Amino acid sequence: MNTEELQQIAAGGQEERDKFDYEVNVCMGTSCLSQHSDRIRDAIAKEAEACGKKCQVRRTGCMGPCAAGPMILVEPAGKLYGHVREGDAKDIVEALGGEPVARLDPELGSYFEGQNFVVLENVGHIDPEKIDEYIARGGYQALLKALTEMNPASVIEQISKSGLRGRGGGGYPTGLKWDTVAKVKGAQKYVICNGDEGDPGAFMDRSVLESDPQRVIEGMAIAAYAIGASKGYIYVRAEYPLAVQRLTMALREARRRGFLGNSICETQFNFDIDIRLGAGAFVCGEETALIASIEGKRGTPRPRPPYPAVSGLWADPTLINNVETFANVPPIIRHGGEWFSSMGTARSKGTKVFALTGKIQRTGLVEVPMGMTLRQIIFGIGGGVPDGRKFKAVQTGGPSGGCMPEEHLDLSISYDALISAGSMMGSGGMIVMDDTSCMVSVARFFMEFCMTESCGKCVPCRAGTVQMFELLTKITKGEATHRDLDRLTELCEVVGATSLCGLGQTAPNPVLSTLRYFKHEYLAHIDEKRCPAGVCELSPAAVEVHA
Amino acid sequence: MSAEPNVRTLTINGEEISARSDQSILEAAREHNVEIPTLCHLEGLSEVGACRLCLVEVKGARRLLPACVTQVAEGMEVTTHSPKIDRYRTMILEMYFAERNHVCSVCVANGNCELQDLSLKLGMTHVEIPYQYPQLPVDASHPRFTVDHNRCVLCTRCVRVCSEIEGANTWGVMGRGAQSLVITDLKQPWGDSETCTSCGKCVQVCPTGALFEKTSVGNKTRKHPEFLPYLRIMREGEQP
Amino acid sequence: MSDLKTLATVWLDGCSGCHMSLLDMDERLVELSSQFTLVYSPLVDRKTFPDRVDVTLVEGAVASEDDLKKIRKIREHTRVLVSLGDCALTGNVSAMRNMCGVQPVMLRVYEQNVVQPQVPTVGVPALLNRVRPVHEVVPVDVFVPGCPPSADTIYQVLSELLAGKVPTLEGVAHFG
Repeated sequence: MNTEELQQIAAGGQEERDKFDYEVNVCMGTSCLSQHSDRIRDAIAKEAEACGKKCQVRRTGCMGPCAAGPMILVEPAGKLYGHVREGDAKDIVEALGGEPVARLDPELGSYFEGQNFVVLENVGHIDPEKIDEYIARGGYQALLKALTEMNPASVIEQISKSGLRGRGGGGYPTGLKWDTVAKVKGAQKYVICNGDEGDPGAFMDRSVLESDPQRVIEGMAIAAYAIGASKGYIYVRAEYPLAVQRLTMALREARRRGFLGNSICETQFNFDIDIRLGAGAFVCGEETALIASIEGKRGTPRPRPPYPAVSGLWADPTLINNVETFANVPPIIRHGGEWFSSMGTARSKGTKVFALTGKIQRTGLVEVPMGMTLRQIIFGIGGGVPDGRKFKAVQTGGPSGGCMPEEHLDLSISYDALISAGSMMGSGGMIVMDDTSCMVSVARFFMEFCMTESCGKCVPCRAGTVQMFELLTKITKGEATHRDLDRLTELCEVVGATSLCGLGQTAPNPVLSTLRYFKHEYLAHIDEKRCPAGVCELSPAAVEVHA
Repeated sequence: MSAEPNVRTLTINGEEISARSDQSILEAAREHNVEIPTLCHLEGLSEVGACRLCLVEVKGARRLLPACVTQVAEGMEVTTHSPKIDRYRTMILEMYFAERNHVCSVCVANGNCELQDLSLKLGMTHVEIPYQYPQLPVDASHPRFTVDHNRCVLCTRCVRVCSEIEGANTWGVMGRGAQSLVITDLKQPWGDSETCTSCGKCVQVCPTGALFEKTSVGNKTRKHPEFLPYLRIMREGEQP
Repeated sequence: MSDLKTLATVWLDGCSGCHMSLLDMDERLVELSSQFTLVYSPLVDRKTFPDRVDVTLVEGAVASEDDLKKIRKIREHTRVLVSLGDCALTGNVSAMRNMCGVQPVMLRVYEQNVVQPQVPTVGVPALLNRVRPVHEVVPVDVFVPGCPPSADTIYQVLSELLAGKVPTLEGVAHFG
């Protein structure tokens, strides 16, 4: 494969598309698919055939505004339709080349304002199952460039220069990580893509894998070249069947086109990727647990050091990055590290994909430059809280993160700012809560999650989460005392300080952040036996002994 | 042993000590009679860093570090006891006692139990957090041994000794979080296990009364995990 | 010297082993009796708990409504409350029924394998759903583990209290 061949493939695809006057792109992401967007596509195809218009009906990945789904993008007009039903097929086809169907306007308002697509640059435009469409939009140029024009060190240099930090939540500088693995001596090295996204309310990685799997494969191949690995694994949850299916297909296509396998792009570089399915254990998102799981062992973390960079999969040097991190790599190599670092804040570069959910007008997947404020995302893009209710808090970082109140809405999104506000970036879940949410119940929900997802290896996490969950339950029932609150705080400190891995170390965060900003709600439950949000059913009677 | 490059000088609780570069903080400390509490650690087995009792402060480290898996380094400043660490350890111990049914007075290991000894040593006189009282099984199907999950602390010494020393791999762990259990084979009754060689090593290394010999119900039988380092020495290429 | 003069002992849900251990102090009891007056105990005749007691040793867990009433009253009228022994400290054997709940226990004791099955309802206090250590119900000042705590331990605790010290049992007594 060389540049000309890439261009030929791209041109071939374009020729094929030029035969049609119109393109109807139907979203076939999980959300739209669950509303039968496949049937809608078939219906439109049938109508198009019947009316004789030169119209190509295509499948695409997630377009973002999931709440308005099923979504359709009509080209070349660039018109988006939302809430499409099978019965709308006729009208959509008839409207091609004329006035758009007014009733199908998705009413997205300022949804796309301020969004900046890097990771999601292809969504809505390519068929995730066709590698040639990815190539037509510049895909695999970066790999070709890296292999033929750059040495591994200069690839790493570009990644370092870009300022890219791990998108899985930790925010470790990606370039530094690559450099470390590259410098460790070892005959066999591995690249692992962490697709074990499991935070409640997060679907970024799922969407990327479903909508643009080739991008992740290309990113991994570039990483493999940079660190000297010949084997890669994508660890993806078995609960993501569509992602697995599209990845499997994408790997086959990539091999067919010679981007995986031996002598990639006629160079000495050999690299191939296998999929490993996770069985839905949240802790397997922790890198050492993930590695244990790939090795066929029980998915439990082990103490670090040694870090996977030194002793990872089968004790060999291993690079492990998140899906979104790898998805950022091809554009960085294509446009250069400086281009990437021109976006974002001083210490958090580029963009971040967020899954915007909860009490918000426009649920969906958004990609914004780092540094955008929470207010812009929630009220600008997301359209604010629906039903005239009042915004109360936004939760980021999943069970490791925290809830931030209205005072923090003007916080600019960056790794460090979120941590100083008592939350964290996490993988990108962003859950908005209104005044009908009880913050104690929210903390309890996340604690229950951590309790059931604890692997059971170390006692602070295994037993401490149970104790904290029970105390939170006691508070929500109105049976707690101030002594219980003190004990909860102490448990938070001990579990956070002594747990073995990130799961336990961050499990107290939802409690700590709600205690920090919403202590009055805790006190209302304890002192007044009252739930300010009216969520909890409190028993006012003294029940401490019969409980 | 030649002294040169692999000697490290560090301080533990302000005392300057020397250690081999391949030693853990725990090994170095114990060699110099500094007591660090442990539960999952056992000389002769691999380390898992799970019990969190050996956490120590290392100057410059962001977090507390498990002494069993942290290697010594030149100039390292280690603190093994401080009001904060002691408080954490007591709390961890309380969590152990609260999560299962450790009723010392009716336990076969009463008087010979590492968990019980730790409570004495760390000055844990009572448990502040509520006891969980889970309903847990007892498997007495093996002709010689019994496993009582009520007393298990999930240190996985049995799992490790069975795999690393005996090579039978009979023991494993199932379930998550508080529901975790040590199991024989694929959770068959121990007596039906086809891999168990009935060697009894798991019983000898168990720190509590979770694994015991049926003949030892008189609660006077001490366990003997000391055999492990000797076994290691006798095996080729392994130095104590 | 401390101003602790009166001593009480109570027996909640336990086996009375801690009281046996107390008696095991033998001649040291005589020594202590010169400094303490035993004002209330299963070992003496008084039926009501005095208004003000300096030190109360509590044996046993809180298992019935009667225990609960008693311990609250005792706490109210005691300066230094001592949890004596594992039942008071941990629930111990008394609390083993918490694993299955109160109903199966009642069934086993009063209905199964009994000639005339009947659950007593008159003259006996109702059992609580859950047996609790004393400090889960009222604040406790001194914890003395052991099943039972040895006579030496009890003597040490009382002596230190008399000397005006907070007894330290680290390295002296353990559960079981």
